[in-house]
Amino acid sequence: MTTARVAPPTRMRARRQTHRIRKVVLGVAGLLGFLATWQLIPALGIVDPRFLPPASEVLAQLGHQFVDLEFWRNVGRTLTTWGIGLLIATVAAVALGTVVGLVPYLRRLTHTTVEFLRPIPSVALIPLAILLFGFQVPAALLIVVYASFWQVFVQVLYGVADVDTVARDTARSFGLTRAERFRELVLPTALPYIMTGLRLAAAVALILTVTAELLIGIPGIGRVIVFARSAGDVTTVYVYVVVAGLLGLIVNLVFRVIERRALFWHQSVRGEDAA
Amino acid sequence: MTAAIRTAATPRRVAAGWRRVLESIWFAVGFPLLLLVVWGIWATVAPQKFFPDPVTIIRAFVDTWIGPAFVEDVLPSLARLGVGIVLSIVVGVAAGTVIGLVRWMRELLEPTLEFFRAIPPPVLVPILMLIFGPQDATRVLVIVAGAVWPVLLNTIEGVRSTDSVMTETARSYALTFGERIRFLVLPAASPRIMAGVRQSLSVALILMVISEMFNNSEGLGYRITYFQTNYLIAQMWSGILLLGLVGVLLAAIFGFVERRVLAWYHGIKEVERA
Repeated sequence: MTTARVAPPTRMRARRQTHRIRKVVLGVAGLLGFLATWQLIPALGIVDPRFLPPASEVLAQLGHQFVDLEFWRNVGRTLTTWGIGLLIATVAAVALGTVVGLVPYLRRLTHTTVEFLRPIPSVALIPLAILLFGFQVPAALLIVVYASFWQVFVQVLYGVADVDTVARDTARSFGLTRAERFRELVLPTALPYIMTGLRLAAAVALILTVTAELLIGIPGIGRVIVFARSAGDVTTVYVYVVVAGLLGLIVNLVFRVIERRALFWHQSVRGEDAA
Repeated sequence: MTAAIRTAATPRRVAAGWRRVLESIWFAVGFPLLLLVVWGIWATVAPQKFFPDPVTIIRAFVDTWIGPAFVEDVLPSLARLGVGIVLSIVVGVAAGTVIGLVRWMRELLEPTLEFFRAIPPPVLVPILMLIFGPQDATRVLVIVAGAVWPVLLNTIEGVRSTDSVMTETARSYALTFGERIRFLVLPAASPRIMAGVRQSLSVALILMVISEMFNNSEGLGYRITYFQTNYLIAQMWSGILLLGLVGVLLAAIFGFVERRVLAWYHGIKEVERA
């Protein structure tokens, strides 16, 4: 029994180590394989190189872009629109969601309205945004905020409603004030939900920021794609598509880290560490 | 004893039933109606250029969409959306099952697939239009290229996390590969798959609209842009309303399907919670 308990950890750790190395090696191999396929498709003439430049060309151009200040400015513009939109949406959604979620009457009253407004694709609002704000950043913000608001709002509603009834009654009989109950009970319960909503909203906000840049012509990487395309500079189009993907990856990673940090005390995160 | 109570209680219970019906009607439509009335009054008291009153919008809705435009613009859009969604689900679940079951394949492909998922799908529209030209098939392809990732990655994740005891039981009972897929792997992965499908639906709808806003001369997205550039404000609003209805319809269909597919799962959750 004791030997069985002593022996496995080192062996298991070693096995986990090899597993991790294998995973990284295979993952890198997969990416290289993808790049090789991309390189071969135009080289073999399956797709006209005028429409799909080889990977080497796109990556070389990407390298040049990294030392170009204008490239970083465009990335900055995109991230600024994205960040402001996400911030407005999150603050509004958390505030409104908490109020609506805590008052059962409001919750029932607004249910149908929310269920109707939520599925409206926010790109449908692009024409309205252009009419209201012209071809300016606020037009993009309207779309970004609309799309990401619902992601957070719905999660806050679930989260606030998820408070354990026993804990709530206990808090009440211990005479916690309303503010204390909110801080000690409602907020910790709702936080995992809010974080999930925030992570989803961050991805959605990026999609709609780029969409607004593509379709309205707000400055940023989306607009660069439109300009490059109409100028016939196909390589640049691909470069910025790759950049958009990288931004998406970074946003996902960053918000996953924020989620783990903010919820270090929560069962779901602690459980993962123990396993 | 019980009989006496029942006779005594009946009238009150009927009244309570009516009250409950009225109450739920109030909760269902009260707030939207209130909003519409406020909007209507506001639009008549202080007419806004870009916010026509609801009655005008509904009239424009009937004039614009009910008639030939429904066949010319709405149906093709919806058909492309439907084909795109079905293809995404079929491709995503099929490829996801294979990749999820084979470990080296999963480890080989996962980082690449994660990258593709991270690309904001609208940027693929210019590329796909460039390679395949602006035609119907391209627009379906645009929808699939964006909507397939959530289904694919969630299927991989769902298949991977199949309970190992169940997998071994299935093996020792000598279930064939087909049987294992049908009775074990797919049901076990279905909650994850449905979560992926839910994400895909909204992406698909966005991409349907965007693919039509790019150099195109038919479809819902094109119509709405056309109305806006020609300052047909009420018509534009009616288009937004129509897209909203499409979104609600999609959500309703999804909810119906999900409840049927995951009836067993929700049952288990209910029991666990009780």
